[in-house]
Amino acid sequence: MSWPPVSEELTMFRKTVRDFVEKEMAPHALEWDEAGIFPKEIFKRFGEMGFFGISYPEEFGGSGLDYWFSVAFLEELTRSKNAGVNMAMTVQSDIALPPILEFGSDELKKEFLMPAIAGDRIAALGVTEPDAGSDVANIRTTARKVGGDYVINGAKTYITNGCRADFIVLAVRSGDEGYGGISLVLFPTDTPGFQVSQSLKKLGNLSSDTGLLFFEECKIPERYVLGEENHGFYYIMTGFQRERLAASLLAVAGMDRMMEDAVRYTQERQAFGRPISKFQVWRHRFAEMMTNIEAARQLTYMAVDKFVAGENPIKEITMAKLFTSELSQKVAYDCLQAHGGAGYMTEYDIARSYRDARLLTIGAGSSEVMKEILGKMEGF
Amino acid sequence: MKILVTVKRVEDPEIKIKIKADGSGLESEQMKYVVNPFDEIAVEEALRLRDTHEGEVVILSLGVADCAQQIRTALAMGADRGVHVLTDETLDPTLASLAMQKVIEDESPDIVLMGKQAVDDDMGQTGVMLAERLGWGQASFASKEASLESEEEKSKQTALNVSDNKVTVVREVDGGIETLCLNLPALITTELRLNIPRYASLPGIMKAKKKEIKEFPLRDLIGDAQPLVEVLKMEKPAARAAGMIVSDVPQLMEKLRNEAKVI
Ligand SMILES: Cc1cc2nc3c(=O)[nH]c(=O)nc-3n(C[C@H](O)[C@H](O)[C@H](O)COP(=O)(O)OP(=O)(O)OC[C@H]3O[C@@H](n4cnc5c(N)ncnc54)[C@H](O)[C@@H]3O)c2cc1C
Repeated sequence: MSWPPVSEELTMFRKTVRDFVEKEMAPHALEWDEAGIFPKEIFKRFGEMGFFGISYPEEFGGSGLDYWFSVAFLEELTRSKNAGVNMAMTVQSDIALPPILEFGSDELKKEFLMPAIAGDRIAALGVTEPDAGSDVANIRTTARKVGGDYVINGAKTYITNGCRADFIVLAVRSGDEGYGGISLVLFPTDTPGFQVSQSLKKLGNLSSDTGLLFFEECKIPERYVLGEENHGFYYIMTGFQRERLAASLLAVAGMDRMMEDAVRYTQERQAFGRPISKFQVWRHRFAEMMTNIEAARQLTYMAVDKFVAGENPIKEITMAKLFTSELSQKVAYDCLQAHGGAGYMTEYDIARSYRDARLLTIGAGSSEVMKEILGKMEGF
Repeated sequence: MKILVTVKRVEDPEIKIKIKADGSGLESEQMKYVVNPFDEIAVEEALRLRDTHEGEVVILSLGVADCAQQIRTALAMGADRGVHVLTDETLDPTLASLAMQKVIEDESPDIVLMGKQAVDDDMGQTGVMLAERLGWGQASFASKEASLESEEEKSKQTALNVSDNKVTVVREVDGGIETLCLNLPALITTELRLNIPRYASLPGIMKAKKKEIKEFPLRDLIGDAQPLVEVLKMEKPAARAAGMIVSDVPQLMEKLRNEAKVI
């Protein structure tokens, strides 16, 4: 076991992400949260920095690097202290685009993938519907074939980047009931009949836009289908692995940030004549927290290691997603507690991190779904 | 046009430094190193000049083998190639400027850009000495007339105007702006308010890997020349005495008069 690997390029890249995030994003963490949105220009800046193209081939504007570079990117991104913008960025880099690379034709890659890697077009992934979330096989948005087109009708909800997206990697029912009738299509949002019904108000991740979207007789050409028709369920499940790995990495690094904040605060804050951190109850809590976070990191790195080696480590990724997101709840709770009343004030990062962390056990597949997967795999 | 930029490897200003127990220098263990921030600005200006006038940007660094990291950082920002003068010696400005002179005489650039000082020892002498050694005109503390929030800066225009084998440079002086005109070749040192340097992008980092860095041992260039300045000792500033809170103005006056003895 030797992770993460060390190379001069990886060290330089990590530093570049850190510098960019600390200087260009972190100072706006509270401002963007309160505004409920971040400037669209950030997409372009990320494109220019090469952050969206880390693991994509050079011929499509990427850098063709292994997933450890994505690990560095995701970890350093948490220094923005704003999980909303981080989610928006990772939807682009790690969630919406991978299926295009993996299953799209060269023509579709040129038309959709390349401008998204460059940060010129914003991408979203549209799977969840008002009546189908965890139960992906049950989606109802239909794609009816008419001549050389698909005509799409239905609704999607909780779609990150949904209000600003230029295109959506969209799950539709093109065939029969069940998982065998689902396709993934590329859906340009300037298609007539498409409507952003609402930018949904949330508990956390406030700076990202989350859309409720309607599709009414939306016509897109048949060639916008990814891979093979009615194979979409399999493509979505494949994509979930990468999404969950990214979610796990963001969770672990997010815990590092929360703990750094709490340690710093308790070292400075005095009560009863000494820094809070010098009370044994807090020193021990931090020692425990540090140990748990490290265990979470090692589990996640093990999954990354197998992923980089080209294996399909569903079990490890599922365990990492489950463990890191659940642990984040406890770490967020304790780190806010360490701040006392200050932790309840929005000017402190921990107040926002606490709200933001709540999503982790729900998004990208809930903890219950992770347990179902593990239970099925192991035959419990 | 050929532009040569010097880049110094310095201790990361954001990390707490520790002085060696014998006061001979800084503890290098657990230290992180970065490109001197003033030099990053020089690199940025050189890249803008090159992008306006074509040509190449050469990065020069003197020092230990790991200086290659700082050269690579500048190459990742977009510079074309590097020259590394290798040495484990601690160089004073006279030796540093002598080694630079040798490289520059060989490279014959049109413009040499340098940070006005390095944030490690803050000597601020190397640029001045180098211009003198080369017998070139020099503009120190180059700045930009427009603000760093201006459209001019956002569109990454160079603040150095080159035409007819001359360069005009703006400097901030007490209460105003001074504009200098120099014949090329010329040496220019950069102030903080010249530009906002770009970040190395990921494609830039990967391209930098393939760019050439030529290496020369220091003593091959400067023979047995000796430094004129020697650092005798480094020490921390004396710790400040703890402050106190006084209860009223008469007590404050009493303390100022009898303890601080300032009134
Ligand atoms: C901020 C945010 C951003 C999002 N972004 C996107 C996006 O970009 N694209 C997208 O497609 N979706 C997105 N989602 C949707 C997200 O993936 C779903 O919310 C998630 O999959 C859960 O689905 P659901 O909300 O329908 O909950 P439900 O499926 O209705 O689940 C409700 C509860 O039942 C539990 N449950 C479900 N099935 C089982 C079971 N078999 N056994 C035991 N318990 C079960 C769940 O764990 C949960 O606790 C986002 C959600 C949020 C909150």
